[in-house]
Amino acid sequence: MTSGGVADSSRPVIEVTNVTKIYRMGENKVFALREVNLKVFPGELVAVMGSSGSGKSTLMNILGCLDVPTAGQYALDGVRVDGLSRNALADLRNQKLGFVFQGFNLLARTSAIENVELPLLYDRTGRWKDPRALAGEALARVGLGERFDHQPSELSGGQQQRVAIARALVTHPMLLLADEPTGNLDSRMTVEVMVLIQELNDQGITVVIVTHEPDVSRYAKRIIELRDGHVLRDHPIEKRRSAAADLAALGDEVIASPAEVTAP
Amino acid sequence: MTQRTLLRLAWQSILKNKMRTLLTMLGIVIGVGAVIVMVAVGQGAQAQIEAQISSLGTNLIIVLPGSIAQGGVSQGAATFNRLSIQDAEKLKREGTTFAAVSPVVSTRLVVIGPQGNWRTSINGVSTDYFTIRDWTVTSGAIFVDADVTSGRKIAVIGATVAKQLFPGQDATGAQIQIGHVPFTVLGVLVAKGQNAGGQDQDDVILMPYTTAQTRLSGNVRIGQILVSTFTPGDIPAAQNEITSIMREAHRLGDGADDDFTVRNQTEIAKAATSTTSVMSGLLAAIASVSLIVGGIGIMNIMLVSVTERTREIGIRMAIGARGSDVLTQFLVESIVISILGGIVGLFAGYGGAMALAHFTGWNTVVPPSAVLMAVGFSGAVGVFFGYYPARKAAALNPIEALRYE
Ligand SMILES: Nc1ncnc2c1ncn2[C@@H]1O[C@H](COP(=O)(O)OP(=O)(O)O)[C@@H](O)[C@H]1O
Ligand SMILES: [Mg+2]
Repeated sequence: MTSGGVADSSRPVIEVTNVTKIYRMGENKVFALREVNLKVFPGELVAVMGSSGSGKSTLMNILGCLDVPTAGQYALDGVRVDGLSRNALADLRNQKLGFVFQGFNLLARTSAIENVELPLLYDRTGRWKDPRALAGEALARVGLGERFDHQPSELSGGQQQRVAIARALVTHPMLLLADEPTGNLDSRMTVEVMVLIQELNDQGITVVIVTHEPDVSRYAKRIIELRDGHVLRDHPIEKRRSAAADLAALGDEVIASPAEVTAP
Repeated sequence: MTQRTLLRLAWQSILKNKMRTLLTMLGIVIGVGAVIVMVAVGQGAQAQIEAQISSLGTNLIIVLPGSIAQGGVSQGAATFNRLSIQDAEKLKREGTTFAAVSPVVSTRLVVIGPQGNWRTSINGVSTDYFTIRDWTVTSGAIFVDADVTSGRKIAVIGATVAKQLFPGQDATGAQIQIGHVPFTVLGVLVAKGQNAGGQDQDDVILMPYTTAQTRLSGNVRIGQILVSTFTPGDIPAAQNEITSIMREAHRLGDGADDDFTVRNQTEIAKAATSTTSVMSGLLAAIASVSLIVGGIGIMNIMLVSVTERTREIGIRMAIGARGSDVLTQFLVESIVISILGGIVGLFAGYGGAMALAHFTGWNTVVPPSAVLMAVGFSGAVGVFFGYYPARKAAALNPIEALRYE
């Protein structure tokens, strides 16, 4: 279970240089990102914050090799991504990246295990021998060992997001990208998901997470704030919170009054 | 991605939407079913005609007047007649590869029986005719060579004639008048039914050709000379021999065209079935229109499904599916759906052909190649009509697909 991410801690996992992204809406140009510079090193847990429309998702799409910048360069794990073919980008996503989305994005009417197995099936390197078993391990790792055959509609939001995390980690990615992963979850589920993300980060996976919520950003090691496509602030967090500790604290409250498991 | 995985993924998503799958399949089921029923009807008709042709007799060769080769137009029968009794006798005398030779002198006349009249074909033949056509009598007897030599006024009547003139009685030994000449009925032929052209083969009277030529008035002519061989393998040699004997009899010089035509049974069958095969081809072509309509149905549903599953496609691409993976998945889905439809259609068509045979009495034959055809054609329909939607799916932009609501 070695991750590709723990290798060289001096080389940045993410190196974004002068990246600009322009969307054309007819006559108008929308500058979603303006000359963004960013480096993320192995083992970091970065929270990207900013108001709606500030360019967070655009940045994540570029980091995730789902989109290419209008100008500037992006190197993932030392490899320039701009100019790569659609197929090469697809392979990069499959081998190096894991995605977690706000809306979970699981395949409907498809069991948990089949969802988690899917990235392994699209692998072209032939390194995964038994996708079913690996998917089972990944589900067990996110605490869903008994829910292999459940379909997304039969799972709670928190459980669905954990299936999505299992799907993201099953390929042992070097970089986990999560765009508002807790946006659709209540506070307890939020903490549960953050426990998992911190665990994965502790095991060496670099994580970039987009969030609105200051509570969530406090679980990160570094915060980047965007405004109008600019990096407004980029600073480390001194008093990083432990999601596991918060969950332990919450546990008592749940027993006390299950209905009021909102903001502590 | 292995082929097995691909099939599994396609199968999963086919099962996820059973109703959609069934409706899509229905078009192909109906298309393939219709084609199979039509092919079965055509093949049935052809098989029936072939059976009737072989009922003409075994190892049969027919010599007809006139040459088919002359300008492609038959110069035969009506324009001039260059077959003679002498030709038939010469063939009989000189042939080495023939089992039997008989001229057929034919006319149509009114026959008067004790209880009524009946207009029928009169054929003057030799005793070999019964051998050639493998024809015997149900009562009485057939005539012998001596009857031919002496030109006796005897007749062997067909089952239809017997039924018309002697309903419910045995005609053997009775007197009839053919063209006002009195004849004795020598026997009644076994019923043969209709021939390939739908004519009643039993509506006939056979008599010695000598009698027909000397006793009957009117337009008595040699319509054809029938020859049979001992085995089918002898047919080509016999045809050559007939040609050379006939050319000699007609004193044709080296450069002259044949003024007669020699046809074997296979050639006759081919001529007779060519019309039906055109007909059955036409039927199948009309039926394949429904197959195309079924294919368009697949394309329609797959296009809707690409739109409906835009987000799914986005998810697959985000986790590493290449465009070609998505293309193949959609293509395999449409191929699997249409081949399944083809297989169900095969059974439906088979059932339809049997039902049609049962209710209409038509002869229907589902050829074994129909299995291959059903699977092959439906697969091709799946590829052809599935490709465009699949390519559309593969060309989607992953971000836009993910954002799609
Ligand atoms: N596909 C697009 N076409 C046009 N404009 C877009 C598109 N995607 C994003 N934008 C614009 O780019 C800006 C940044 O959007 P986004 O990255 O989604 O912001 P955030 O995720 O921070 O809310 C917004 O002004 C948005 O309207
Ligand atoms: Mg966003």
